[in-house]
Amino acid sequence: MTDRQPTTDRGRIRIVGFDDAAEQKRDSDASSDTADAAGTTADPSIASRGATGIDPTTASTSASAFAQPGRRLENAWRRFRRNRSAMTGLAVIIVMAVLAVLARPITVSTAEVTITLQPFSLAPDDPTAMFVGPPNAPPSLAHPFGTDWAGRDQFSRVLVGGRYTLSIGLVAVALALCVGVPLGAIAGYFGGWIDEAIMRVVDVLYAFPFLVLAIAIVPILEPVPILGSGYWTVVVALAVTGWVGYARLIRGEVLSVREREYVTAARALGVPDRTIIQRHVVPNAIAPVVVQATLNVGTVVLTAAALGFLGLGLEPGSAEWGAMLAQGRSSLLRGDWHMTVFPGLAIFLFVLAINLVGDGINDALEPDRDGRDDRRRMR
Amino acid sequence: MSLGRYVGRRLAITVPVLVGVTALTFSFVHLLPGDAVDAIVGFRDVSAETEAAIRAEYHLDQPVWDQYLLWLRDAITLEFGESPVTGRDVSATIGRRLPATLALGGAAWLLALAIGIPAGIVTAVSAGKPADEVGRLAALAGIATPNFWLGLILLFVFSVRLGWFRVLPPDAPLVSLATVKFLVLPTITLGTAAAALVMRLLRSSMRRELDAPYVTAARARGLPERTVILKHVLRNAFLPIVTVAGLQLAFLVDGAVVVEGIFSWPGMGRLLVRSILRRDYPVIQAIVLVIGIAIVLANLLVDIIYAILDPRIRY
Repeated sequence: MTDRQPTTDRGRIRIVGFDDAAEQKRDSDASSDTADAAGTTADPSIASRGATGIDPTTASTSASAFAQPGRRLENAWRRFRRNRSAMTGLAVIIVMAVLAVLARPITVSTAEVTITLQPFSLAPDDPTAMFVGPPNAPPSLAHPFGTDWAGRDQFSRVLVGGRYTLSIGLVAVALALCVGVPLGAIAGYFGGWIDEAIMRVVDVLYAFPFLVLAIAIVPILEPVPILGSGYWTVVVALAVTGWVGYARLIRGEVLSVREREYVTAARALGVPDRTIIQRHVVPNAIAPVVVQATLNVGTVVLTAAALGFLGLGLEPGSAEWGAMLAQGRSSLLRGDWHMTVFPGLAIFLFVLAINLVGDGINDALEPDRDGRDDRRRMR
Repeated sequence: MSLGRYVGRRLAITVPVLVGVTALTFSFVHLLPGDAVDAIVGFRDVSAETEAAIRAEYHLDQPVWDQYLLWLRDAITLEFGESPVTGRDVSATIGRRLPATLALGGAAWLLALAIGIPAGIVTAVSAGKPADEVGRLAALAGIATPNFWLGLILLFVFSVRLGWFRVLPPDAPLVSLATVKFLVLPTITLGTAAAALVMRLLRSSMRRELDAPYVTAARARGLPERTVILKHVLRNAFLPIVTVAGLQLAFLVDGAVVVEGIFSWPGMGRLLVRSILRRDYPVIQAIVLVIGIAIVLANLLVDIIYAILDPRIRY
């Protein structure tokens, strides 16, 4: 709504044709803007787009709607793969995920049988086992990250803690997407009072900061029996607060997508609204949502850790990274730095990697829309 | 649309949002499991008389709709009653803590602008060069650093090990040298991520402006690059920064909730966390309401300022 440059908006058709050279120059400027997208100028698709004389965004979206459905993703992946920092981030995330999964064996046990899903155990000790070493010991060969006040091995706890943090980030964002995307798409597509009603709810929730809202929701959710342990309370609290951003974002995109010819054509052919939204509108409006969802995994992880740090998330004794830091202040004042440094470093690394990947996806999906995501990052 | 009509329309949209914000805050106590009285007294056993007194005080014997209106009337006159946990007047408690939070938040915001604006200009002008890449990574690192972790580490290094700063806030008035000195570390902790966001936002909005025809025209006329950047580009690139002031406020409030706890700073954020842990619901309700209304009004103000600064914006 506040965009001051309508020409960079999606869906604007610009007649050029007589200044191909200038057009290509502009494209290469936009890509060198990302500083690390080396070789994007060599991308043949840009040259061909410039020649067609249509704004690149329009060309790529209409292409995905009609001729080559897989082409856009393929191009995006090619651009992403060339982005060295984004690939580094992806590698860090994969390594951390693998470490978290392989940290301790995963077993499913019913009354009689116990099935081992994952037999490996990278972590030397059980994360809940107390006094495997002396309490508050600094890092040593036996305990590379030291031990905490109860003599639990920090290294094992940090490894296993990745399970909480990574899965909270993914599950909460996925849940929020499941709520926000349909609601936002419906609001944008139908307009009128439906739009008004949904967007006023969004406005109201937007008035509360993310963490404050999550903090206030936790005591409401805590006694709900299905949610049980702190894990699902945190996930649901973060999903309830998180969906608003996606709803607002996709609504704005849908507003422009629904004016396209192919939507009018589908409507004229008598395609039901439901199908139009699912097949034509949402796929063409989803790109910025994907970017934001990726970046939001980082925000959600930080917020979940902050909740744990404040003692409002998972149980204080659990191996979640934020909860491990909750002991940090008192142990720091005693001079035990190792208890704070390692879990915090793990959070930092993961969120940094997520941001690198999010930037990479942004550059790959929408090379023209550099930096629009920064506003969203605050949510 | 004239400016006056735009402001009028913008105000009209704000009214339902304010109603929603107050209604949501009001229903907080009722959304909690169990009876509202239990929620208000924090699920402790109370005598029948106390219960009756609370029912009368919070108008719980009346229909929900009337309860809301009565609560709203009290809220408008800043009458939030007494905290059942501490027995202190809620508005007075908040009034005492608000200046501390405003001081911390204001200082952090100034720091964010003081670092973010120059860094944003430098990285935008040197796009594609090493300085840009360094700035980009620094900004990402700033965003990715958990503020509680940064705060703990600063506290450890500078207060515990080096002893440059106090660990606990001094027992001095807010405007005094000792307090200002103490605020250095909390301000850095709170301002780092905000500075990174300002920098990235300014960089991208300047990049967009640098491609504009008027920049080429200014350069063609032979204006020194410095004048082009500082006088022409920067002025236009600032507008997107103005629009995020409301979001920045929300972002700083979130940060304050965590940072105040680490540095034992007697602000609203710490009060909120403590009230949640103590199940002091009237205090939580009042704080959430103050924050929500502040952000709604900030966004309203931002939109109006934006419309005044940029006459093209009318919708």
